[in-house]
Amino acid sequence: MASSALTAVRVVRVNATLSLGVALLVVILASLALGSNPISPAQVVQALVDPTNDPDGVVWGSRVPRTLLGLLVGFCLGVAGVVMQGQTGNPLADPGLFGVSSGASLAVVLGAFVLGHNSMSAALFLAMIGALVASVGVFAIATLSRDLANPVPLAIAGTAVSALLNAVISFLVLTNQSSLEAYRVWVVGSLSGRGLDGLPPALLVAAVGLALALVNARSLNSLTLGTELAQGLGETLWRARLVGLAAITLTTASAVALAGPIGFIGLTAPHIARAIVGGNHFRLLPASGLIGAITLLGCDVVGRVIGGQAEVPVGVVLAVLGGVAFVAIVRRTKLAAL
Amino acid sequence: MTHSVLTAALAAEAATLGYDDHVVFSGLDLHIEPGTVTTLIGANGCGKSTLLKAFGRLLTPSAGSIRLEGTPLRRLSARAVARRLAILPQKPLTPGATTVRDLVMRGRHPHQRLLRPWTAEDAAKVEAAIDATGMTELADRDVGSLSGGQLQRAWIALVLAQDAPTILLDEPTTFLDLSHQLEVLRLVRTINARHGSTIVMVLHDLSLAARYSDRLVVLHQGRVLADGEPWQVITPEVLATAFGLDALVIADPASGRPLVVPLEPTGAHEGAARAPAAAVGGPARPDGASDAGRPGTEPSRGLPLRVGYPS
Repeated sequence: MASSALTAVRVVRVNATLSLGVALLVVILASLALGSNPISPAQVVQALVDPTNDPDGVVWGSRVPRTLLGLLVGFCLGVAGVVMQGQTGNPLADPGLFGVSSGASLAVVLGAFVLGHNSMSAALFLAMIGALVASVGVFAIATLSRDLANPVPLAIAGTAVSALLNAVISFLVLTNQSSLEAYRVWVVGSLSGRGLDGLPPALLVAAVGLALALVNARSLNSLTLGTELAQGLGETLWRARLVGLAAITLTTASAVALAGPIGFIGLTAPHIARAIVGGNHFRLLPASGLIGAITLLGCDVVGRVIGGQAEVPVGVVLAVLGGVAFVAIVRRTKLAAL
Repeated sequence: MTHSVLTAALAAEAATLGYDDHVVFSGLDLHIEPGTVTTLIGANGCGKSTLLKAFGRLLTPSAGSIRLEGTPLRRLSARAVARRLAILPQKPLTPGATTVRDLVMRGRHPHQRLLRPWTAEDAAKVEAAIDATGMTELADRDVGSLSGGQLQRAWIALVLAQDAPTILLDEPTTFLDLSHQLEVLRLVRTINARHGSTIVMVLHDLSLAARYSDRLVVLHQGRVLADGEPWQVITPEVLATAFGLDALVIADPASGRPLVVPLEPTGAHEGAARAPAAAVGGPARPDGASDAGRPGTEPSRGLPLRVGYPS
């Protein structure tokens, strides 16, 4: 009886991994094939195998980079969401909680205010700097409470800093035309037209962040048992917090810099992943990353298809479809708490 | 003195313990002998949990020191402590979407390294812990679906998987019905007998504490009020001082250990509570037999039925 239950669990896990893999493949293929200039899957495969056989250079010129970008951003947000929820013990915590998105947005708006105009790669660079500065500022303020082991001062500091930064953004946007233009383009998360010259540094930052998240997995497993039991299991709290915060900041900063502030994924991907693979962070982190990547890329494809020539930014699609999907999930299954 | 500090499993040496500006213990000395089951008892707020936290390195003494197997805790890393001492706090958080086995696996935390994968030894310890706590049938169940008693056994399995010679349990029987309280305490005795583990726990039920402990330590107003074997410690005087409780102490007919029978705080019982001889001969005996007090009625210890005094 016990062994059959065990087999059942394994079968469910294998099926889950398998279906995630299939979903990922489908979404990648769709992302390569679909768009304002549709290409058949056969042509996509041909172009992938033989780059000289690429119709108008669409596959290698725009679809492949855009697909990779979507996968990276979605993966980062899914992972950041798991770390954030595990660290704060709050199932509603979003990776933007530590002021990362506001910091990035303010930097972009400030850049436009000072320079008059932002190129996309300048915006990427500014967003990265802004995200990092804002989260370091949040940590510094939270450290004043002398209790880094406690996530509450961090969350409060993050909320306060975000509110302040948003006020400054509003002021700049409302008083300065070029800031408004820059903000208008920036604030809707999108995978299209983002400069790819800035990709290598963002990739590096993302890689470091993802590695730190993996390092943090064992600590997250014990932190979710409560801080006292975590300490009893030999966890050094401040170190576990610091690694987790660095992971959140670096992954979110690179995602925000590459695609603008994209909500929803960091909040929901962890819940879906938890329902599929369970609460062990060694499985939860990659699963949530994959679900984030699939969701972001899938919504981007939908935005390309429904918009025709003027495509709908992925941020808008996510807000609409994602919201509906989440309500459906909540209604159908009792989502696991942390 | 120095000798016992070094051989004790745990020792508080002139330890001052407290929170911020509130001192709970100052200059506390207490040794826990290896391989014994010791229970800390006392009224709410007497500092039982504070002392247990200090033993478990969750609270640093502001003066004096706590030694684990002779080494001051402050000289040991969190990991080094966790390999020698496991602590189960009063209210651990139950993680979501986690099976019992997954939960117990987390007990191996202090034995794992960043680049060292899950080993056969880890797996063996986890299965042994699940088996020892009788959780084999439930190993693949979600911890969220367990009853209170099953969940408590799962937590104890996690602590067992940690494979530490000293185990601290903070109120392991809270929220459990009587039969599950007994189940947990029998499990504690089994662990102690099978692995020679040193166990220090906090309990509220005095009779159960007396029944399942080798030694009781009564804490009151920042000091050790009484300390010793159950019969030495559970006396009307100690109960009156530590808990403000008027009570009879009789022999538990099943175990021979002291059994606390609280009295209603009316003047009528004043005399009885202060007169041990009258109390033990009274109607508290379930069978109403008149042979109360004879050595033969206490099978396990052979102690005369008496009211003890701290020695």
